[in-house]
Amino acid sequence: MSFIKTFMNGEEGLFKSETLTPMQKLTLRFVVVGLIYFGFVVVEGLLMRLYEVKPLPFVSESQFFAILTAHPLVGIFGSTYSIVFGAFLFLVPFLMKKPLWSIRLGNLTFILVSVGTFIFWFAGFVSHYAPLYTLYWPLPADFTQFSVWGGTFFILGIALIMLGSAFFVINIFKTISYTPHGWEKQPAGALLASALGITGFKNLFRKNKTDHLVPLPVAAVARGSVDVALNTAIILFTGVLILVFMVASILGFDLKETAIDALLYKNWFWWGLDLIADGLVLIFVAGTWYLLAMMISGKPLFMQNIARAALLVELIVSWTVWSHHLLSDQAQPAILKVLSGEMVTAFELITQGLAFFITLATLWSARPLKMTNPLKFLLGGLLGFALAVPAGIMQADVGLNRILHNTQWVVGPHVQVAILVGLTMTLYSAIYLLFPIITNGAKVHSQKLVNVHFWCHLIGGIGMGAFMGMAGLKGMLRRSLYLNGEFNLTMILAAICGALLLIGFIVFFYNIVMSVGLKGVIGIFTPAKTKTTDLVPAEQIC
Amino acid sequence: MILYHNISIINYKKGGLMVDSTMVLTGQTLAYTFYCLVIILLVAWFAIKVTGKGTGFSVKPAIFYTFVGFLTVLGVSLHLITFNTIPWAEMDLNRSDYKPDKTFEIKVKDHQFLMPSEKLVINVNDIVLFDVQSEDLTYGFGLFRNDNSMMFQMQVVPGHRNDLLWQFDREGVYTIRSTEYSGPKGVFMILKDAVQVIPANTTN
Repeated sequence: MSFIKTFMNGEEGLFKSETLTPMQKLTLRFVVVGLIYFGFVVVEGLLMRLYEVKPLPFVSESQFFAILTAHPLVGIFGSTYSIVFGAFLFLVPFLMKKPLWSIRLGNLTFILVSVGTFIFWFAGFVSHYAPLYTLYWPLPADFTQFSVWGGTFFILGIALIMLGSAFFVINIFKTISYTPHGWEKQPAGALLASALGITGFKNLFRKNKTDHLVPLPVAAVARGSVDVALNTAIILFTGVLILVFMVASILGFDLKETAIDALLYKNWFWWGLDLIADGLVLIFVAGTWYLLAMMISGKPLFMQNIARAALLVELIVSWTVWSHHLLSDQAQPAILKVLSGEMVTAFELITQGLAFFITLATLWSARPLKMTNPLKFLLGGLLGFALAVPAGIMQADVGLNRILHNTQWVVGPHVQVAILVGLTMTLYSAIYLLFPIITNGAKVHSQKLVNVHFWCHLIGGIGMGAFMGMAGLKGMLRRSLYLNGEFNLTMILAAICGALLLIGFIVFFYNIVMSVGLKGVIGIFTPAKTKTTDLVPAEQIC
Repeated sequence: MILYHNISIINYKKGGLMVDSTMVLTGQTLAYTFYCLVIILLVAWFAIKVTGKGTGFSVKPAIFYTFVGFLTVLGVSLHLITFNTIPWAEMDLNRSDYKPDKTFEIKVKDHQFLMPSEKLVINVNDIVLFDVQSEDLTYGFGLFRNDNSMMFQMQVVPGHRNDLLWQFDREGVYTIRSTEYSGPKGVFMILKDAVQVIPANTTN
C-alpha cells in the first residue's frame, strides 16, 4: 500500500471508524485529545529545557513562566486525565460486564476536560498568567505581576475540568452500582461496599467471608475516584477563593494581607493537591498494573487479597501525607512534619513496592511470555515508579528536605520520572493493549517505530530526570533562571534527553496516525452510526 | 549557652568528620545512584528471564512477606538514620531548646530582602538564628555557596514566624537567594555575598 493510501486509510485499511460503537468513539476521543495535549507538554517541556540553557529569542521571560505554569496542568489534566478517564470509562463497564451508566455524561466529561484545558492554556498564553507553582495556587494573590482577567479565565478553564472530573466520578460509581434496563435488580449497596473496600474490611472480623462483587481493577478505579472527587471539591473551592481575591482587586480592594491565613491555606490546598500525586495517581497506576499483568499473563493476580487491601491503605495514606510539602515551613508543627511528612509518607514506599512486586510475580507465573508492546511498556512504567518513589521518600525527610526542597531534584528524579516514565509508559502499555479492542482489530503500522518510541521515551525520560537531579544536588532551583550558564552542562544534557522524548512522541504519533489513517482520526470525532450501548460491536463479541 | 553550644558542636562532628550539606548530598548521590543501577539491572534481568526459556511458577508467599518487611524497615530506618547523622535535623526540630549566639531579623517585601546590615558577619561555630518575615507574598530564604550549591533554605510565609537555626562550621562567603517562586520578579531576589563567616573569636 502506498504512503498516501496508508496515511489516508490506515494500515491495510483495517480501521473503519463507521464500525465504531459510541463507547469506542468516546474512548478514542479521550485518547486522541490526551495525546495531542501530551504533544503540547513535550514541546513546552523542551522549550523550557532549552530556555534553562540559554533564553530563547522568541520566548519572553514572562512567556517562559507562563509555560512553566501551564505545562504541568496541561500534562495532568489535558493529557493524563483525558487518557485515564477515557480508559476507565471503557474498562469499568467492560469488567463489570454491563453498559456505561451514561454515554452522554461521558461525552460531556470529554468536552469539559478538553475545552477547559484549552481555555486555561490559552489564558496563560495570551496574558502570561503565571503565579502557580506546579498545581499550587499561592495566597496571598499577587496582582502586580499578573493580569486579573487572565487569572479569571484561567480559573474558568480549571473549573470546567473539575466539573468534568465530577461527572466522571458520578459515571464510575453509577456504572458500578446501577441496574441496566431489563436486568435483575443489582445490589447497589453491596457493589459499592465491595468497590470501596468496606466488604474486605468487614471480612477481617467475620468468620464467613463475603465474596468480592467487583473485580480488583474496578476496586482500584473506585478508590482512586474517591480521591478525584475530594480533589475536585478542594480545587473548585480554592478557585472560588482566588476568584474572590480577583473580584476584590477588580473592584479596587486589596485582600492580600487580610483575608486568609497563608499557612492554613497552604495546609488545606496541599492536602487537596496531594490527593492527585500521592493518591489517585498511585491507586490508578497500581490498579492498571494489576489489570495489565492479568491480561498479559492470563493468570490470576498474585496475592489478590493483599493487593486489594493495599489499595485501601493507599487511599487512607493519601489523606494523611500532605505535610511532606511543608517540611521547609518553619511554622508547621514538628509533629505534623514527622508523622505526616515523614512516617506516613514512607508508607508509599511500602504500598507502591507491594504493587511492583505483585505485578512482577503475576507476570513471572506465566513465564515464558512474549515481549509484546504492552509488556515492554509495562516494564518501563514499573521501572519509572521504582526510580521515582524512593527519590520522593528521600526528599520527604526533615534533614534532606532542608537542602533539596524546591531544587531540580524534586522535579527531575521524582516528578518527571514518575510521570513521564512511570505513569506515561503505563498508559502507553494500556493503549497498546486496548488498541485492537477499541479499534475493532486495527493493526499497528510499524513495530520498528514502536521500538524507537519505547527506547527514546525510556532513555529520554530517565536521562532528563537524572540530569535535572544532578543539577538539583548542585543547588539548582526549580522555577528559576540561571542567566550566566551556571548549570549549562547538566541542562544541555537534560535538553538532549528532552529532545529524545519529543522524537519518541513524534514517532509514536506518526505510527498511530498511519495505523488508523487520517480518515479514521477524523471519523473518531463524527457521531457514531450505531446507537448501541454495547462496548464493542456485537459481531466482534461473536 | 556553653552547654547548648557544645551539644551542637558534638552533633556536627560525626566520627571526627565535619558533616555539612555537601557531605550529606555526596552520600545521597552515591546511595541513590547505586540504587538506580541495581533497580535498572533488576528490571532488565526480569525482562530477559520472563521472556526467556523456562516455565512459570508461583512466587512463595514467604518471599513476598520478607519483601514487605524489608520495605517497612527501609522506610522507617531512612528517617532514623538521617535524624541521627544529619546534624541540623535534630536542631531544626528542637529549635526552642537552643539559644542562638546571633539573631538576624530580615524582612521581605516587594520582592526585596530588607537586611539589618549590608553584610551579615558570623563567627565560625556560632549558632545563628535567621528570623525572616514577609510583609506581602510567600517567598523562600536560602544560603548558597560561591559554586551555587545550597547550604540550606526555608519557606517565608507571611503572617508567620519563619526562623532557621544554623551553625556554620567553616569560613566562607554566602549568597542569599529566594528559594520559592513568587512570579518572574522573584528570580532576581539575589543578594550576592551577603553573609560572611569569619574565624572564631575575631570581630568584624
